Amino acid sequence: MNEVLLARSQMALSLGFHIVFATVGVAMPALMSVAEWRWLKTKDADYLTLTKAWARGTTILFAVGAVSGTVLSFELGLLFPGFMAHAGPLIGMPFSLEGFAFFTEAIFLGLYLYGWDRLSPKLHLASGVIVALSGMASAGFVTLVNAWMNAPKGFRLENGKMVDLDPLAAMTSSFAPHEIAHLLLAAYAATGFAVAAVHAGLSLRRGGSPFHLKALSLALLMGAPAALAQLVVGDHAGKVVAEQQPMKLAAMEGLFKTAAHAPLHLGGVPDYDARQTRYAIEIPSGLSIFAFNDPAATVKGLEEIPRADWPHPAVHYAFQTMVGCGTLMAAVAAWALVLLIRRKPLEARKWFLRAVVACGPLGFVAIETGWMVTELGRQPWVVYGVIRTADTVTPMPGLVVPFVLFALVYLLLSATVARLLWRQFHLVER
Amino acid sequence: MLPDLIAAVMLVALVLYAVLGGADFGGGVWDLAAFGPRAKQQRETIEHSIAPVWEANHVWLILIVVLLFTAFPLAWATASIFLHLPLTAMLIGVVLRGSAFVFRKYDVPGPAERTWSRVFAAGSVVAPFFLGVCLAAISSGHLTDRAIGESYAQRYVWPWLGLFPVLVGLFVLVLFAFVAAVYLTVEADTKELQEDFRRRALGSGGFSAVLAVAAALAGPKVRVPELPLIVGAAVVAAAVTAQALLTRAYRRARVFTIALVAVFIGGWAFGMYPNLINPGFELHQSAAPEATLRLLVLALAAGVVVLAPSLYFLFRVFKPAR
Repeated sequence: MNEVLLARSQMALSLGFHIVFATVGVAMPALMSVAEWRWLKTKDADYLTLTKAWARGTTILFAVGAVSGTVLSFELGLLFPGFMAHAGPLIGMPFSLEGFAFFTEAIFLGLYLYGWDRLSPKLHLASGVIVALSGMASAGFVTLVNAWMNAPKGFRLENGKMVDLDPLAAMTSSFAPHEIAHLLLAAYAATGFAVAAVHAGLSLRRGGSPFHLKALSLALLMGAPAALAQLVVGDHAGKVVAEQQPMKLAAMEGLFKTAAHAPLHLGGVPDYDARQTRYAIEIPSGLSIFAFNDPAATVKGLEEIPRADWPHPAVHYAFQTMVGCGTLMAAVAAWALVLLIRRKPLEARKWFLRAVVACGPLGFVAIETGWMVTELGRQPWVVYGVIRTADTVTPMPGLVVPFVLFALVYLLLSATVARLLWRQFHLVER
Repeated sequence: MLPDLIAAVMLVALVLYAVLGGADFGGGVWDLAAFGPRAKQQRETIEHSIAPVWEANHVWLILIVVLLFTAFPLAWATASIFLHLPLTAMLIGVVLRGSAFVFRKYDVPGPAERTWSRVFAAGSVVAPFFLGVCLAAISSGHLTDRAIGESYAQRYVWPWLGLFPVLVGLFVLVLFAFVAAVYLTVEADTKELQEDFRRRALGSGGFSAVLAVAAALAGPKVRVPELPLIVGAAVVAAAVTAQALLTRAYRRARVFTIALVAVFIGGWAFGMYPNLINPGFELHQSAAPEATLRLLVLALAAGVVVLAPSLYFLFRVFKPAR
């Protein structure tokens, strides 16, 4: 592997690792707070047990998220110093705000997790709510940076250099609204479904348990609406990409030729050499409708740009996987809604519980593959249309060493977190 | 003016990181060095004092980095190229320390817990050592010195792997352990535990003083007229801390330990001023455009309004006056 690819791999590894813990860190405090609020409201001890059980999981996940986030704040410079040297003054603003939001999150999480007998019940709950809100804010700010990388603004180009910097304008990237909404919904949906899956599984194993069904209901209350709303936001995100990053859309869809009435490809294998996507189910004019709400609309294909600049074919598979996972989750969310409306007791619905268990990992698969779509799909640019990734990589050779080192550390941490969470699930004796 | 202001904020953040986050690392050192009949109680005291605050204390480091790359992007890019290896080592230490600290609490009691304890302690040793190495390297004058040569080792290893950076690394490690020991004398529940940490504070304090002198002798010559004043302040703070520890006035010892750390870091920054990296990266010349700096100052002001009361609340809840 060459140095550029190694730097990108290490960044992908670090972000792919961090994003799981970060999204859980955003969503879990919201769940915990709702459970604690139910406890204060109903005095049902199950909710207190639940809050504390969820808090234990959150402690583990948040700590790993915090330290892996620290690594990222350094790695941007360590791996791509050229990017930081030029973009630092523009993206520093959201990063600073994110810093303060994260500071608030860490402070109040400490108060929440260790302050059970030091704070009044109301103050304790308030700490949880503050963690949930500041987590949301910090995720929003950090996504602003990515939005800017996709649709940069707030500067003028003079001989290829960015001048007349306007950091405030840089925070109003046209990608910001949909990226932030998409990410936050993904965090709530993925976490909600994962937690619901754990409790659905435990409930099935124990032949129905009121405790786990309460937990399941709260988790679905967060996950299901988010999964349904994601259909709308995801569709909108696709339309913005179609308009502003046509080559990312072309890679997502495996579309090589610019055409009106462009078909939508379900599945399929994009063959970059033959310039066609094989074995896909084609929906005539589907892509034109999906991208521009018009069956006759012209959609640009990869042929518009030199072959060397085509994003990696993995973008297509990642996109298909993300949409597949999201659709399945939305379907189960709709099923939950139907059960809710018909007031069916959940414990009798074994197949529903099994479906929820099956959906457990899907949200995180969707987050990882969705992240791949936006990042791989933006290549070869680190700042779309302005700075090429390859031009920013550190001149230090031998990047294979830190890459392998971090890969081993993250492997160890992933295995440990999985083992510890598994242990936690079985400690909840209900 | 604006670059100075932001540099000053970074300096304050660095001092806070040292006296707060540094003490958490120092706690890990004493976890490793816990021995005697009260080893278990020592570890528990350390665990209790770190657990609720370490994540918040840790954010100071992130804040420093963000300010650095926002306000002084070229200096940060240069430092991250030439300090890639020690910064990576520091990060690995940071990751292992934080994760292992939580893992050991939730893993099966017994061997697994002990393994994580070791990892936690190892991370607590590695991270401050390499932090010290990096801080020394940017002031050594060798980091951007192209005259050294063009081989891999000459560019990416020797600038930070010299006598001076290594001595500073050790100094920072022992200093953080000293700071932690002083705090733990206040936090310990029993007289015996207080005595344990008092002995550790006196020992590590003496050791860090020796390392400070050694590092100063090995380091670049500092030519600022205020040097005697800085050294004098350090000596006074050190003497008062020692006297307070000897007479078991632990709260006073804590206050003057913080002052001592502030004098060390302030003095180091004073010696560097107006350079951010020695040589070649002058504060004003390497600053980001005015528009960025102005907004950054506004963001900092807003941030302080949110942060100050929150931090005050955190420490009042978990570190009440007893």
